[in-house]
Amino acid sequence: MGALKAILWRDLALARQQGGGLGAAFSFILAVVVLVPLAIGPDLVLLQRLAAGMLWLSLLLAVLLTAEQIFQRDLEDGSLELMTMTTVPFELIALVKAIAHWLTVSLPLAVIAPPLGLLLNLDINQLPIFWLSIIVGSLALSLLASLGGAITAGLRRGGLLVSILVLPLYIPVLIFGVSATTMLMGAQSAVPSLLVLLAITLLCLVMVPLACAAALRAYMR
Amino acid sequence: MQKFANPTLFLNLANAVLPYLIAITAVLFTLGLYGALVTSPADYQQGETVRIMYVHVPASWIGMFAYGFMAFFSAVALIFRHPLADAAAKTAAPIGAVFCFLALATGSIWGKPMWGTWWVWDARLTSMFILMLLYLGYIAVWQAIEEPFLAAAIARIVALVGSIILPIIKFSVDWWNTLHQPASVFKMGGPAIETRMLAALLTMALAYTALFLTLHLISMRTEIAKRKLRQSRLFEIRGN
Repeated sequence: MGALKAILWRDLALARQQGGGLGAAFSFILAVVVLVPLAIGPDLVLLQRLAAGMLWLSLLLAVLLTAEQIFQRDLEDGSLELMTMTTVPFELIALVKAIAHWLTVSLPLAVIAPPLGLLLNLDINQLPIFWLSIIVGSLALSLLASLGGAITAGLRRGGLLVSILVLPLYIPVLIFGVSATTMLMGAQSAVPSLLVLLAITLLCLVMVPLACAAALRAYMR
Repeated sequence: MQKFANPTLFLNLANAVLPYLIAITAVLFTLGLYGALVTSPADYQQGETVRIMYVHVPASWIGMFAYGFMAFFSAVALIFRHPLADAAAKTAAPIGAVFCFLALATGSIWGKPMWGTWWVWDARLTSMFILMLLYLGYIAVWQAIEEPFLAAAIARIVALVGSIILPIIKFSVDWWNTLHQPASVFKMGGPAIETRMLAALLTMALAYTALFLTLHLISMRTEIAKRKLRQSRLFEIRGN
């Protein structure tokens, strides 16, 4: 437990000192929020219908942008190899690194999403459920991004591969994340979508670290 | 199975089986296409366009079957370290991707007269499209990583992670109420489809399966030849 906490603090400190990609990811989202109304016109009714989808999409792509760095640097300088030598299961270490990514990139972006939603004229009544769904979903996004990062950790130019590999896995998260908000628009309950989103997140929480650890071990052999 | 870990033994077997497999494929296609185009009746609702079913449905079955095949051999490679299992999974991917593309394309051609649109983002179509993307991702892994053993290790994981899509595709039409019709062949209480139609459809399904196996054996042969070529090149470089 102590080792895991140490790794978590180390990753958080590294992210704080080196920027961790949060700045780049945030400016990406901001760019989308500013450019969407300019691209499709300032029609408020149209914007309201698109708002949730656009924010989800921009968060998803922003997280994808930072996926490569989750494991790459640690694999290159050998710290990952040192981590395999502890008594802690390597799967848990992979999980902790994904959670560090969530805490430093996805969660802050998800937390600040509601004001951006207001910029896109998202209905104020939908805001709480939108906020809840995007916070839950952001964990799944981070976990899947860490899977993409692990699979391409040892490659020189893994960026393109990450997007091809992770995008199909992002689709269910996107579908249920957006539908939690849009269901409310048609006066339906948002609960089923939210529960499915939660289920996907929990499934990722269990399965992704296994796959991550297997991929990283292949690179370290 | 371990006996056929020896590529030469496998090649001998493949060479012996292949002519028969090709013959079976040809016969099944002749029978199936005759049944599909001539003897089976036109649908009372859809008219003659129903015949697209005989090329569309088996293509989607094989598109999914090939992914299952790929995931199965990836698991075999992971668990038993069978040396040919990786090659089996690798060579199944492009073939499966083509069948998947065929299913999407014929479905689109069928959708235009029936639904009035080439494409809708309903559950079955979307999940099939995701399957296509997964195939492409898997193929991309093999192409991006030069070192074959590393590529195999990574590709196994990618194939197994992606296999979660298969049950989603199968049950997508039951879970979501969508435009695509629900299952009418494999369901509780027997198939809900006319007998002659079912016979033609199943013959076509067998023909597609035989075609898949034929193509797969041929590309396995190619893959083994490629490996040998690589080995002998390395040997040549080291030898001097």
